Amino acid sequence: MKTIIFKTASAYLLPLLLLFSVFILLRGHYLPGGGFVGGLMAAIAFVIHSFANGIDKTKNIIKFHPGFLMPVGLLLALTAGSLPLAFGDTFMTGLWMKQSVPVIGSVGTALFFDTGVYLVVIGVTLTIIFTISEGL
Amino acid sequence: MLIAVISGFVFALVIPLIMGRLKSKSTLWAALLPLSIFVFFLSILPEIQDNGHVRISYQWVPSIGVNLDFYLDGLSMLFVLLISGIGTLVFIYTSAYLKGHHFLDRFYAYLSMFMASMLGLVLSDNIYTLFIFWELTSISSFFLIGFNNDSEASRKSALTALAITGIGGLFLLAAMVGLGHVTQLNQISAMSSLSEVIQGNNLYGWILLFLFLAAFTKSAQFPFHFWLPGAMKAPTPVSTYLHSATMVKAGIYLLARFTPVLGNHEWWNGPLIIVGAITMVYAAIHALFRLDLKGILAYSTISALGILVFLIGLGTSAALLAAAVFILVHALYKATLFLVTGIIDHETGTRDVSQLGGLNKVMLPVGIAALLAAISNAGIPPSFGFVGKDLIYAATLGMGDLAWPLTILAIITNVALLFAGFLAGIKPFLGKLPERFQHLHLPGPAMYAPPLILGILCILFGLAPFLLESSLIQPVVAGLTGTEPDFHLQLWHGFNLILLLSVITIGSGTALYFILKPSENLLSKVTAFEGISPESIVRLISSGFATFSSGWTRFFQNGYLRYYLITILSFISLMLAYRLFTGITLYVDTSTMTAVTFYEAVVLIIMAVAILFTVFSKSRLVAVASMGVVGYSFCLIFLFYSAPDLAMTQFSIDTLTVILFVLVLYNLPKYLKLSDTRDRVRDGLLSLAFGTLISILTLEVMNETVSKETSQYYAENAYILGKGKNVVNVILVDFRGFDTMVEITVLAIAAIGVFGLLKLHLRSTEKE
Amino acid sequence: MEILLVIIIGLLYAAGIYMMLRRSLVKLIIGLILLGNGANLLIFLLGKIVKGEPPIIADTEKMLGEIYADPVPQALILTAIVISFGLQAFAIILIKRAYKVVKTDDLDEMNATDEDL
Repeated sequence: MKTIIFKTASAYLLPLLLLFSVFILLRGHYLPGGGFVGGLMAAIAFVIHSFANGIDKTKNIIKFHPGFLMPVGLLLALTAGSLPLAFGDTFMTGLWMKQSVPVIGSVGTALFFDTGVYLVVIGVTLTIIFTISEGL
Repeated sequence: MLIAVISGFVFALVIPLIMGRLKSKSTLWAALLPLSIFVFFLSILPEIQDNGHVRISYQWVPSIGVNLDFYLDGLSMLFVLLISGIGTLVFIYTSAYLKGHHFLDRFYAYLSMFMASMLGLVLSDNIYTLFIFWELTSISSFFLIGFNNDSEASRKSALTALAITGIGGLFLLAAMVGLGHVTQLNQISAMSSLSEVIQGNNLYGWILLFLFLAAFTKSAQFPFHFWLPGAMKAPTPVSTYLHSATMVKAGIYLLARFTPVLGNHEWWNGPLIIVGAITMVYAAIHALFRLDLKGILAYSTISALGILVFLIGLGTSAALLAAAVFILVHALYKATLFLVTGIIDHETGTRDVSQLGGLNKVMLPVGIAALLAAISNAGIPPSFGFVGKDLIYAATLGMGDLAWPLTILAIITNVALLFAGFLAGIKPFLGKLPERFQHLHLPGPAMYAPPLILGILCILFGLAPFLLESSLIQPVVAGLTGTEPDFHLQLWHGFNLILLLSVITIGSGTALYFILKPSENLLSKVTAFEGISPESIVRLISSGFATFSSGWTRFFQNGYLRYYLITILSFISLMLAYRLFTGITLYVDTSTMTAVTFYEAVVLIIMAVAILFTVFSKSRLVAVASMGVVGYSFCLIFLFYSAPDLAMTQFSIDTLTVILFVLVLYNLPKYLKLSDTRDRVRDGLLSLAFGTLISILTLEVMNETVSKETSQYYAENAYILGKGKNVVNVILVDFRGFDTMVEITVLAIAAIGVFGLLKLHLRSTEKE
Repeated sequence: MEILLVIIIGLLYAAGIYMMLRRSLVKLIIGLILLGNGANLLIFLLGKIVKGEPPIIADTEKMLGEIYADPVPQALILTAIVISFGLQAFAIILIKRAYKVVKTDDLDEMNATDEDL
């Protein structure tokens, strides 16, 4: 699979797909998309890159073990969920900022929660795929 | 009072922890627990004497009427004092008997657990806690009998005992539930006023039957008696404590406790008299032929328990008085004899009565204790046993028409018991001391003091029965009969018929002792009948049961996943098919359905073909690829039917799954044709049948109207409450955010599992 | 259309179970996946399928219109799809490990106690 065309293409595909995945994540609240799909997209982007350039190069790009994304994501989701507790609301109550941010729309805890999901999904998928291809 | 009961359980938990730390050689201090309980209850004694009872209630599970109701009356008091008193002596005795034993701490834990359960049992006033404590005694008894768990005979006996008493426990539960149902009460003490209501109820017979079965199994009545001799495999302190003085009396306690509630009815008296009489005569005669000291004592205990059941069956106030006294008499002398046997076994290494003799020369205090107990057992004045035996004869003689047959049975039993007592208590100590026992010496006071104390009590209560009369025995009888007692315990009644009977008993028993010499020869004559004994029959049933269940298990739990699946699926299919074709008329409402368009039809056909390819392809790669096609067709279906989120997710997941499969499959072998055509056809038919059923079921369910309340709520509030316009996403991250939180946690766990399975394990195999 | 989907569901169940009854571990997992797909479609269908009305609120509206696809089964299935991916990954790795240890993917040969391995 390591053809030059594929290699060259993947170099551009990776950032594009990643950008796309973030876009999917952010628009999830209003249009089809969200943390799950976004995370899977991002993971696929890395997988394509690793197919073209070998797994070591992909790892060099990420710089740290993707497994670390899992606790980070979980923590983010948990924080987003428990933030309302600090304001005297129950767990998982949605909190929203007064003004809306351009492009993203209004920002609230749900967005952070979804970002947590996004990170966990990337972490899980990449951990699984990388582990398997290394174990071969 | 609660503390007294609970402390035993706590002690059982704590003792293995502290005993190891305490390095001290003596474990005498453990006896402080039963001693303090004994003293505590002794201090309540005057209150019982004045008021008749003390009642304490703690809420436990009030919603189903299970409360810790403790009710201490004369009867409970008698048992409580026996349990804690003899318990104290047994604890002391154990410290010497099992000195230095590896698992001594464990033994004490079981022992105190047993003591606590037994206390709970005799104090419980609630029918359910009564059952719980009853079962706890069975369980702790199981541990104690099987204490020498490296011996097969021990384990077997423990299991037999558990099986028999455990079954009895279930019957007790049935009886208690029945009683609770009939009376609508949970407190036993409140039931006695409803005695006539219960006896008029249709369930009365069943309640009696279950209660009797429970009592007979626990108290080793014929034909359930055989577990008790087996239980003698336990260390002697256990035999003393559980199998002569306390636990086996639980059945007696149960019968006595329910005498005011259920008694005084021909259905109550008849069976008890018959079973009690059979047991006492049968076991007493059996005892004549035994050689093993513990065997002799076991059978004589069964016989004594038979006497007690018999007396409770007679049900007259004289009989109940005799029972109350005899419980105490028997506990005192039998515990003594057991403890003495334990010492003999411990010192000489044998319990074969035909080889023992002359031990008086080396261990006089033990001999004295044994002699005192044997005298009490024989009912020779001035022992407490004499008082007890007089009361038994008085009770049987007061039975009108049946007086003489019953009395003769009692005499036969007593003669045989006297013989057994002499054999165990006198024979080993008199006569010539065998050569090999010359070097023996007296064990420490912790061992001989307990039997000596009990032995002295045997005589002391005989000389001064007034010590017990008003304090203990009168409240018992008052509680059992419900009337004010008017009797006096006396040693000497003057010359009368009863005295004559006593003399006959003692005379013929002593004569028997000199005539009948125990030998192997006699024993073998009895064992010839074992083939038809209840014990063998039960063994046969249980082994048959074991064979059946292991065959059954092997048939279903055969270790092949597909046979499990086949079993489950066939069963579900049959049930579904039965329900679908008998209970429901099929109809399909086509009017509400959406029309088929060309594109959709094409997608579905592709999907169907892909499924078939997945199943029948010979190559794994083709199978995996077709599975991918199935997944992508799913995307399209989701897309057609307004589920863009699903389509996107399915697409990504499908891609990843195929990648995963391909990554792994390269390393796996080619498909092999593993099953023959017959298997394939069978599996094919089964799966087709199941698939068809699911289809029909789906069609049926689609006719049902679906409640849209939840969807409606989400649809209306997604933007207003969740500030999102993609309702599916709002559900995931907001309304049901907690579910999603858990879901990603599960995902993370799966990833860690994958990582661990491959990385960590590889490293450990590399090490090897 | 629903009837066709019902037939597909039946087919997926039958295929899934047939595969699960085979002796090969790989087939077992393929069977599990097919069965899971069948179940997803079943849930989807029972929520009443609607064409061209995704559960997304229009820009100008504050709530969904009269006709819309039921969002609840969709959320359920989305969760199920992602979770089953985790399950599949784990199962696939199990095959791999098992194959490494016992050198076979025949379930019957794996049916031995640890000492025989």
